[in-house]
This record gives sequence, structure tokens and C-alpha cells, in this order.
Amino acid sequence: MDNLKAVIEALVFVSDTPVTLAVMEKILEGVSRKEISSTLDELMGEYERRPGGVFLKEIAGGYQFRTGEALAPWILKLKGQKPMDLTPAAMETLAVVAYRQPVMKSEIEKVRGVDVSGILRGLMEKKLVRIMGRKNVPGRPIIYGTTGRFLEVFGLKALSDLPTLREFKELEE
Amino acid sequence: MTDSTYEIKLDVFEGPLDLLLYLIRKNEVDIYDIPIALITRQYMEYIDAMKSLNLDLAGEYLVLAATLTHIKSRMLLPPSEEEEEEEEDPRQELVRQLLEYEAFKEAALGLDRMKILGRDVFSRDHIFDDSGEEGETLREIGIFELVEAFRRVTLGADQHDIMEIDVEKISLSERINDIVDELEKRGELTFSDLLGETGSRKRLIYTFLAILELMKLRIIRAYQAVPYGVIRIRLAEE
Repeated sequence: MDNLKAVIEALVFVSDTPVTLAVMEKILEGVSRKEISSTLDELMGEYERRPGGVFLKEIAGGYQFRTGEALAPWILKLKGQKPMDLTPAAMETLAVVAYRQPVMKSEIEKVRGVDVSGILRGLMEKKLVRIMGRKNVPGRPIIYGTTGRFLEVFGLKALSDLPTLREFKELEE
Repeated sequence: MTDSTYEIKLDVFEGPLDLLLYLIRKNEVDIYDIPIALITRQYMEYIDAMKSLNLDLAGEYLVLAATLTHIKSRMLLPPSEEEEEEEEDPRQELVRQLLEYEAFKEAALGLDRMKILGRDVFSRDHIFDDSGEEGETLREIGIFELVEAFRRVTLGADQHDIMEIDVEKISLSERINDIVDELEKRGELTFSDLLGETGSRKRLIYTFLAILELMKLRIIRAYQAVPYGVIRIRLAEE
């Protein structure tokens, strides 16, 4: 395919969610995943070198166009929106879910020392946290985890992309 | 010495551990060797200040106050001589909890520093597929509307089965699975689809409980176009 790069760029451009390699492979019949991936790398490099208002990024297991830094004020004005806002309490709760998943509500509350029901509900409404099922222990408590949307919102390729949690020193005694 | 600093800090704490951590850092004491008397006293001062300001004092603050007092009293006890093995420092569990909390507090700040979609960076908007019928906008409804609707259904149900002996075995998880299966097949069910022809009162109640449970778990959502209108139930999208 001689216009492969253009096709791939267009696919990512029109998509409203990150486009995965698997999806592109299916659309671009006969083109190997390796070829698609290296073309994407090439494209990402072009945007990085340019650099303009838009960048191609690897997000949540796929590829997506994102605006550059420090452009938020203008974009928010255009959209007439307030910036996405998470309270410190929501951030803390989200951090515990992200690093400890699958996690029970009681475990989150043990770490934070406060009730998290309301906050957890809010995070689920924002589609950052979801119910992953029930734990197979008495009472069958619900267990929570983060969503694909969480990766998207925080610009992560995958959960393994999260910065490592500072190991708290165990007490030596 | 803390008198002048309460007011500004009060609403800033994310919970009792946060307050405790703040006091430890403020006094620049070693977290592995907390001067428990000093910290407990200051903690209590904050609690009193919150009370006097009529701030809604979460119960968790009082729980930690009790824990601190308990640790303080244990520290005053002379080490028992009978026990061979070394006694655990009464502060140990609290210190472990504080360090863990601090690590997550840091992680939360780390998340906040990332380039957040919708705040720092933007992408093409999600185009929401609003599959509601044309001409009517569906509004999501909660438990109250459902209970009201359930009341109307049960009012309509005949009362002859008061003495009925249930032979039918129904389990809640079975009803839950049935409803989810049916929704997966049909996409949408109305409240009366589910409750309309269900027969026994017991079955009716189990079905309703299953709906409530599924809503609580955010597996399904209920919508209504107008008050007292048809209630539509759908699977919540991921």
C-alpha cells in the first residue's frame, strides 16, 4: 500500500476513541501489524518534530490525536466548558483504586481513613472507575478497578505506564 | 501556638489521617518515633476547634482520636516483664497506616500532575450515541421513582394471595441473571415488561429487588421521559 501513512493518519484523525493496532490491522487487510506500528512511530515523530497544536499519542492501548500543552484556555473558550476537575479526595480515592485494583471499598477506606461511598459513585459516574465483580469471600463484597476511560483521561498507554508508587518503608523492628 | 492556624486549615484536610500527617510534618517530628502526647494534644485541639465551629465532624475523626488516646495510655504502661518476646510498639500499626496514606497522597498528586484530558489536553469529542427515541428525551431516574412505580404496580396486583404458600423457589441472583440475559438479548425492557406478568407476589418482590440491586451495582440504568411515564431499563454502558 503506497499511501499507508495517509490512510493511518486519517483513521486516527476521524476516530473519537483511541484506535488500536488490532482495529487498523482489520481495516488495512494484508498489511502487517509491524508495518502499521512502524508507520505510526514515523507519524508520531513527524508531529513531535513539527511541533504544532496537535500531536499523535499512544493512549489506552491505541493511538489518538491530542492537543499540545498550554492550549487549554482557548479550547475551553471555544467549547464553553469548564476544565475537567477532580477534588483532592477524588484523586486520592482514584489513586488507591488505580494502584490497588481489584480493590474493595473497605480497603480504600482503610487507606484513606474516611468513608468513600460518595466519591466512588462520582468516579463511576465519570466512568473512571468500574465494578469488576465480586470477591469470592463471605459477603461477596464488590471489587473496583479503573476503566479504559481512566487511561484515556490520564494519557496512559496502559496501567503499567503508571508511575511507581513510592514504597513506604516497612518498620524495622 | 496552634490557635491562629486552625481556621484556615480546617476544610483542607481529606480526613483524620491527613490531619495527623499534617501535625507530624508541621512539628517536624520523626514519623517512626511520634511524640504521641504532643500530637494527641494538638489533634484534640483541632477536633475541638472543628466542633466549636459547628463543622460537620465526620465520625472518623473521633475514631482516630480514640485510637490516639488508647496508644497514649498504652505508652504510659510500664513494659510487662512477664512476656519473653519483645512487645510491639503501640504506635506501629498507626505509623504503617500513615506511611501508606502518605504514599497514596503522593500518588494522587502525581496523577494530578499528568496531562489530564479535558483540563490540559483535548482530543476529538466522544460522540455520544443517544439511542433514545426521537421526540422524547429520556432522563435517568433513581430509586425513588422506581419505588413509586413499584407501589403503583403492587396496588394493581390482586390481593388474593395473602395466604398463598409459596412452592416456587426463587433466588435473587437467579432473577438478576435472568434480567441481565434478557437485557442483553433485547437491549431494553420496560419496568412493566419485568413486573407485569410475573405472577406471584414473591416473584414480583424478587424481581424488584433484583432491579434495585442491578441499579446499585450500576449494571443497569433506568430512564423515563416524563414523570409517571414508561420506565425503560437498559444495561449501563461500560
